[in-house]
Parts: sequence; structure tokens; C-alpha cells
Amino acid sequence: MSLDQLKRLIKAVLPDLDMVIGWEQGHDCLTASPVFIKTEEDIEKLQIGPLAVHNLATFLPGLKGKKVGVVVKGCDSRAAVQLLQEKLIDQADVTIFGFGCNGIISHAKLRKQFNGMGRASSMTQNGDTITIEHDGETTTLPFNDVCADKCLTCEHPNAVIHDHFAGERVERKPVTTENPALAEFEKLPLNERLDFWQEQMSRCIRCHACRNACPMCVCRDHCLATSREPNWIGQDTSPRENLMFQMTHTLHLAGRCVECGECERACPMDIPVFLLRKKMADEVKSLFDYDAGIVLDAKPPLMTFETNERNIKE
Amino acid sequence: MSAVHGRELRIIGFLCNWCSYGGADTAGVSRFEQPTDLRVVRVPCSGRIDPLFIVRSFLNGADGVLVSGCHPGDCHYSEGNFYARRRLELLKRFLPVSGIDPERFKYTWVSASEGAKWQETVTDFTNHIHSLGPAPVLSTASTPEDWAKVAQAAANGKGCGCGCHKERA
Repeated sequence: MSLDQLKRLIKAVLPDLDMVIGWEQGHDCLTASPVFIKTEEDIEKLQIGPLAVHNLATFLPGLKGKKVGVVVKGCDSRAAVQLLQEKLIDQADVTIFGFGCNGIISHAKLRKQFNGMGRASSMTQNGDTITIEHDGETTTLPFNDVCADKCLTCEHPNAVIHDHFAGERVERKPVTTENPALAEFEKLPLNERLDFWQEQMSRCIRCHACRNACPMCVCRDHCLATSREPNWIGQDTSPRENLMFQMTHTLHLAGRCVECGECERACPMDIPVFLLRKKMADEVKSLFDYDAGIVLDAKPPLMTFETNERNIKE
Repeated sequence: MSAVHGRELRIIGFLCNWCSYGGADTAGVSRFEQPTDLRVVRVPCSGRIDPLFIVRSFLNGADGVLVSGCHPGDCHYSEGNFYARRRLELLKRFLPVSGIDPERFKYTWVSASEGAKWQETVTDFTNHIHSLGPAPVLSTASTPEDWAKVAQAAANGKGCGCGCHKERA
């Protein structure tokens, strides 16, 4: 059992670390919360599984200088690789505990399935199905119906970088090659897409949760979105300025986005902001044949060039 | 006087100082007639152009954006336009998902001696933008009514569909 092995691994190295970041049981049976393990007793709180939705690598740049251990899924490990590649964290300070991930829950999809999910009393995953007890009823659903979209296209269920690996490697193959939400969106003709964003962006409350949840957004107090000079993004929360913020975020992620989908998961208004990031990552892939956060010493595609570009026709 | 009849549209041009701006100058000195819809912004190098310049132009209501630099290999700073080429191509492919017509964005290479090519580029691009017409724009201001809608959506669980919001509403 990989959880037990993970606990043993953490126990062995915890004395040398300031903390280990993992997940614990959240406020109900359908949520987990990040936990900062500092003592041996804390280790028992650790949980992994389909509720471990948070990308814990996001915490790492903020804890620079401390000796930190972090538990990562496959997608989270890509964020760790990317942070290391950009020298935003120091490999000597970070201990990475990897495990094989079987996919995570999308709470947005669960809410849709159950029309609110405040009253569920238990949840169990059995292979390809998930069983939820709620309001005295028991519902069994295919896991693929309630998992995050990124899990359907996941090519890296196992941590791509790790100092310690718990349990067996997972043989999970992508269910589809195309992100379902993006494929659906791209059926819209061009003129309807602007209307789509007009509607979506009018709901944005500019809480910056997408930015704060993003493992690659490391500028913090120096973010261009809140700068007055230069004043890139106006203070009015109109759809136009909100879209400008999203475009800024996306363009700053070009060739860096590890497609963890934290931006969309964090959005309290359920705005599908990951569509933009995913499209950008797909285009980087098709133009430069590059996936961010896989190879530690890879050259980012926008930091280099070829005199004769293979995929650019002029 | 505009070479194109009808309402003038807003087309923003980002031209590199060393080639395309010189090329535009050559076209002017040679008295080639050009449409006047283009508003030129001179930049030191096409590598100076943050793709966000272009996005900001579109969201601020530009009907078209034209970027022009030195031919690849002829950059005054040796390699600025090689980086620019990658960024601009990526942006062009990305624009459709945001609802901005990629046809309204063009990047090209014009040297300081190519006055005739500049005239042709500007004329063709301007005609193309005129054939597309004024660009659709996103609304610029949120009114109290918009915010009432947001509040309503949240209360109905459209924004945050969890049970707690329902009960409160």
C-alpha cells in the first residue's frame, strides 16, 4: 500500500526537514486539505487518493530557504521540474515524494452530478467506479465522469521527478488525446467565442485565485496585473479588463504551463479559464514539440530559436 | 487622403526601427500612395514586442494589428527577430481561442529598402481589414446591473454550486 510506504518514507527523513507538505482529510468526506507535517504525529494525518486535488508544488517558491518535503502526483511533479528548471526553487532544499496517481476528483463535476454536495456521507473508489452515499442514497458512477479533465488526457500519472517513490508505478493510459472541454469549446464559431468570454468574464470577481493557485505565478507582489506603472490592466472589473488579465496570465505561461489545471479548480465562479492555458500548451506542443516540466535541463522553446523554423511557414 | 473609401478603421502597426520603419520611410519619400488607417508605433526591434502589446491593442478596440521587422537573419541585433518570430507565430495560433480573429493580426518582414513592398503590405492588409469590417469588442464597463447578475448567479449556485450558497439564498 503506497500510503503506508509513503508515511514510512516521510518518517525516515522528517528529522532533517522543516516540514513536509501533503494532504489530510478535509472538512467532509469529499474534500482533502493541504497539511504541513512538522512532527511525527502529523504523519498519521496524511492522505492520498482521488481527493488529493491540490498541486502542493505551488507552495514551494514561497518557502524558499527552508528544507521542505513535498508529496506530488504526476502532474504536480511537472510543476516541481519546471520550478527547478527556472531556478525558482533549490534542489538541495527540496525533497520530493512521488507516487502513482489514479486520477483525481473534479469537485465542479461532482456538484453538477449531485446538484450541490453538502450532504454526502461517504465516498469510496473501486477501480473504475466511485460510490458516493448522500441523502440516504447510494450512487455509483464511472470514475471518468467525475474526474478532472486533465486526468482523461494524463500521460504522466507517475511523478516524473522524485527523491523517494512510494508504492508501485501506475499503468494509467490517457482515455482521450483531446481535452474534452477544449474540444467542445472549439466547436463554437469564432464570433460566438467572443460572446462566450463576454459572458464568462462578466462573472469574474477579480479575486486572483487563478493566479495564486498557479505554481508558475511567482511574481507575487510584483505582478503586472496589479501594477499602476505600467498600467497594463485597468482597475475596472469589466469583461474586457478581466479577459486582459486572463490573456496576460496565459501568455506569461507560454512554454511554462504544466497543465495542472489549478487555475480553473481554484476559480470560485467556475469560469473555464483552463481553456486558454490548455490551448496555449497545445500550441507550444504542436509548434515546438515541447512539454513543459518534463526534462530538467531542457531549453524552453521561447528562450531559443532556430534559424530555419521547422513548423513556421512564412 | 485614404486610398480606401468608407469609414477609416483602427489598425496598429508595430515597426522595428531599423528595417520596417525605414521601409515605411522609403515608401513615404518615394511618394507611394498608402491607406492612412495604419497608426505606427516604432519599436527598437521586433524582439521588443511583447505579444501582450498586440492583445492589449485588440482589447482596446483595434480592428487590426500589423507587426513588421527585419527579415530573419538581418536583425540589427543579430537575433531579436528570431525570438519574435516564435512569439508572434505562437500568438497567432493562440488568438482564435480568445475569440479574436487571427486574420486581423499579421506579422511580416520588410527591409529599409523595400518601400514598394511596404506599400503593398499596408494596402493589402488594410483592404483585408476593411473586408472584415470593424472588430467586435468586449464591453468595457461593469454596471450595477452586471453586478446584480453576478450576485444572482452566485446565489443560484451557478457560480459556486455548493449547498451552502443554496441554503443562504
